[in-house]
Amino acid sequence: MRQTDVVVIGGGPAGMAAAIESARNGAKTIIIERNEVLGGILMQCIHNGFGLAYFKEELTGPEYAYKFRELVKKEKNITVMTSTFVTKIKGKTVTIVNSSGIDEIEAGAIVLAMGARERTAANILLQGTRPAGVLTAGQAQKMTNIDGKLPGKNIVILGSGDIGLIMARRLTLEGARVKAVLEINKTTSGLKRNIVQCLEDFKIPLLMQTTIVEVVGENRVEGVYISAVDDNYNFVGEKKFVKCDTVILSVGLIPETDLVDFADINTRTNGPVVDDFMETSAKGVFACGNFLHVHDLVDNVTLESMDAGANAADFALAGCKKGKKFCVIAGNNISYANPSFVHSGDGIAKIRFRLKSNVSKKWIRVVSKDEVLAKKFVMAGLPGEMQTLEVSREKIKGDILLEVEG
Amino acid sequence: MKLTCIMCPVGCQLEVTKQGNDYVVSGNSCVRGERYGKQEVVSPTRMVTTVAKTQTGFVSVKTSAPVPKQRVQDVVDEIGKITLANPKHGDVAIKNILGLNVDVIVTSGK
Repeated sequence: MRQTDVVVIGGGPAGMAAAIESARNGAKTIIIERNEVLGGILMQCIHNGFGLAYFKEELTGPEYAYKFRELVKKEKNITVMTSTFVTKIKGKTVTIVNSSGIDEIEAGAIVLAMGARERTAANILLQGTRPAGVLTAGQAQKMTNIDGKLPGKNIVILGSGDIGLIMARRLTLEGARVKAVLEINKTTSGLKRNIVQCLEDFKIPLLMQTTIVEVVGENRVEGVYISAVDDNYNFVGEKKFVKCDTVILSVGLIPETDLVDFADINTRTNGPVVDDFMETSAKGVFACGNFLHVHDLVDNVTLESMDAGANAADFALAGCKKGKKFCVIAGNNISYANPSFVHSGDGIAKIRFRLKSNVSKKWIRVVSKDEVLAKKFVMAGLPGEMQTLEVSREKIKGDILLEVEG
Repeated sequence: MKLTCIMCPVGCQLEVTKQGNDYVVSGNSCVRGERYGKQEVVSPTRMVTTVAKTQTGFVSVKTSAPVPKQRVQDVVDEIGKITLANPKHGDVAIKNILGLNVDVIVTSGK
């Protein structure tokens, strides 16, 4: 049995940022990471575009991870345990297993930073046979970037998530032929820059409102039947056969909450319900990063997780002092808002949220009892982008409503 | 000419027009967008990120600066030919690749 002030579960960008901020606030902190190195999914994201907001320079995923690993090393209050797996969380006791055996860590506070996992073929009820050659974009990314192996030669990508788009370019450059990217919706889920630099640069067709009807193949994928869909996702027109040996799925992420049966789950984000201190419904258990809700940029993960780490340290060392608790309501054109609850008192409550549909030249505001507590002007807002509004806690005297004006 | 800026996740919609011997960029929200707009109509360039072989596996690498867009595949193929001995984060894997005045840098993160 070990004891510590704060234990951070997960050593990706969220866990590292949380641990650094926890340590800087004076808490003895342990990071538990199942991989051999800290970095999480960043280690296989070898493309660039990370860090522009936080470091003001353009980095690849492994470089972003490297910078944070160096910051972790500088903190004397941090103990890193890699190749270590958490099997149970009970109260504030974490059961771990590694090459030394099974052990328990008793902590003053816990930060959950386990990230998200990809939706699989089963999650989206992909029809047809179940041959080899159907994999997620992240699996394809690991094969190509870490193991140096091509997952296939003729590829169809289902879904226009960013990793799918980035893999379309990556696999093309490595000699595979990406026959098409299919998107069931009217709008792409990936960033516009990735449509341009990953698909258009390589003349890879993007078929909107199109999906896979059925996968065909005995031992290996032999092809897919694809079809156009209407606005209600019903197949329309004739289905068409596309010959391919590999199907890559880029159809979204789900927070990895298997270990967390003790906290309330937000049905909109699939992550835990948290308040403005990033504390879950379980006292002293905090959450951040893609485990809390799926982010657009790692820079946003870092900033959010630093708050979680600081609050966890504060809880472990002094016990968080909170005012009165109120609800956060997602109003007009707001898809969801995190946190679900805010408190009155000192300091600032950060509301992170996503829009339901494109917004152009509109004010977004936080209202409580007919008073506007905070607002910001958005020139061009997309549903994929994470937005933030800060509310001074001393202004909070009732439930708050977040909405797009007009 | 209408372009989507690829310099950051915002993806500004740029309009690039010729004025005399120069180009004027509008629709950008920062200086990187202006630079990109001009570069893209004159001679488009791209950063290259890929992996290089090592004696024990693979390591991620990037170009130290963007290369001409039509040379991206050549750069990836050239990197594919080498095997690095004990590469460290930040090492120069290939100096002045294909005479493009750009180096290939190890980004292993370890």
